[in-house]
Amino acid sequence: MIMQRRQAVTIKGVRDGLLITLSEGSWEELRPALLQTMEERLGFLKGARVALDVGDHLVHAAELGALRDQFSEWGITLYAVISRSPVTEQNAQALGLATRLSTPRPERTIRPLESHLQGENAILVQRTVRSGFKVSHHGHIVILGDVNPGGEVLAGGNVLVWGKLKGSVHAGMDGNEQAVICALELDPTSVRIAGFPVTLPPRKGKSEPQMVRIEEGRAIVETWKSKK
Amino acid sequence: MTASVITFTSGKGGVGKTTTTANVAVALALLGKKVVCIDGDIGLRNLDLVLGLENRIVYDVVDVVEGRCRLRQAMIRDKRLPELYLIPAAQTRDKNALSPSDMVRLCDELRPEFDFICIDSPAGIERGFRNAIAPADQVVVVTNPEVSAVRDADRVVGLVEAEEKGPARLILNRVNPAMVKRNEMLSPEDVLELLAIDLLGIVPEDENVIISTNRGQPIALNGKTRAGEAFHNIARRLNGENVPLMKLDDRQDFFSKLARMMRSGGS
Repeated sequence: MIMQRRQAVTIKGVRDGLLITLSEGSWEELRPALLQTMEERLGFLKGARVALDVGDHLVHAAELGALRDQFSEWGITLYAVISRSPVTEQNAQALGLATRLSTPRPERTIRPLESHLQGENAILVQRTVRSGFKVSHHGHIVILGDVNPGGEVLAGGNVLVWGKLKGSVHAGMDGNEQAVICALELDPTSVRIAGFPVTLPPRKGKSEPQMVRIEEGRAIVETWKSKK
Repeated sequence: MTASVITFTSGKGGVGKTTTTANVAVALALLGKKVVCIDGDIGLRNLDLVLGLENRIVYDVVDVVEGRCRLRQAMIRDKRLPELYLIPAAQTRDKNALSPSDMVRLCDELRPEFDFICIDSPAGIERGFRNAIAPADQVVVVTNPEVSAVRDADRVVGLVEAEEKGPARLILNRVNPAMVKRNEMLSPEDVLELLAIDLLGIVPEDENVIISTNRGQPIALNGKTRAGEAFHNIARRLNGENVPLMKLDDRQDFFSKLARMMRSGGS
């Protein structure tokens, strides 16, 4: 019987005091076991702050109140009742008891302000790509110049042309469908993005800087306009 | 005297490289310069025909390179002009008979004695083209206002840049001002916008060019034609003069015609 009682009630120290955990079993048996254990160990428990873990047991507010009163008579403060039963939790809250053990706050690590942007792999071509010439790179390609008809640009990433794009261009050639193609003047012979041929709508009016991308298998051409 | 080596090339055939080379050389010689032309089109030689020197060929450039004659023996002097020479191409060989370094050596040998060395490049971008541009100090790209010719010219300009012989300069040949006006032909502006290189001159379409070429009398010998005048202007620009582009406007009233005749008569 004593052995059972010992197993039914365990006491261990936690951050804010002592945690008394009750094992499985009927509340009718556990309650006297708890009180008996505590009475036996009063010398150790006196003046302690105690949290009581009742497990799945449903404990009524009146019983919780009685326990608290009994504890306080022994000079023990019951500050929390922990339970997996929502009713018990609610009752404990009604009595002004905590229902969670405070867990140590994670150390806040202060990271230095990130002011360096991580770049991606790109090449810069500072010349016009003429007919019969090819620029090929698995990253992005930036061209400071024109791409003439007959010139080819093949990029794993995006293609940016600061000039007229009149040749053929393939962005995202390794299968990147997010790749875009931008040019100050977009009038290419052929366009592919991630292997899909893209048909551009016929250009009307004055040429403006444009960007092509694909969205759900459709080509989207956006014209860049400065905000007034 | 250290000659400037000028190579005339185009990529596409039939745009007028040979005619341009012959006429620019003649115009330079008329300016009193000592000029030698080298026909780089081995196997398909034409420059001798255009210059009217075909029947005087004894030795050719391959004979020189292979040591069958001295350089002097292969140089044909044009009797109409004080100092114009031609080194003809071999007709029975092909482009592989010469190497780029042969051409460099040949030009280095000629350089001290001349003001200008004009090389007529063959069409294409293979061995013959490489031979022709290897010794060049300046490269002149000849093109017509046609999309195919301009496309090939663009390729050649890129290759010249890649060989670090650039920047090439442009001669726009056979421009028909009336067609440009009707928007039926690429305008010089359209061509220049694409190629983005300096313009050395514009040669208007002129029937007289065909007549004079067939006769072996380069049109530049006769300065009174539009095309002849254009070639003279190009020669003067190559000689470092600053000559404004001539008006392409086909519609001429009596006075402008007269003024032009007087000007060309004077040059």
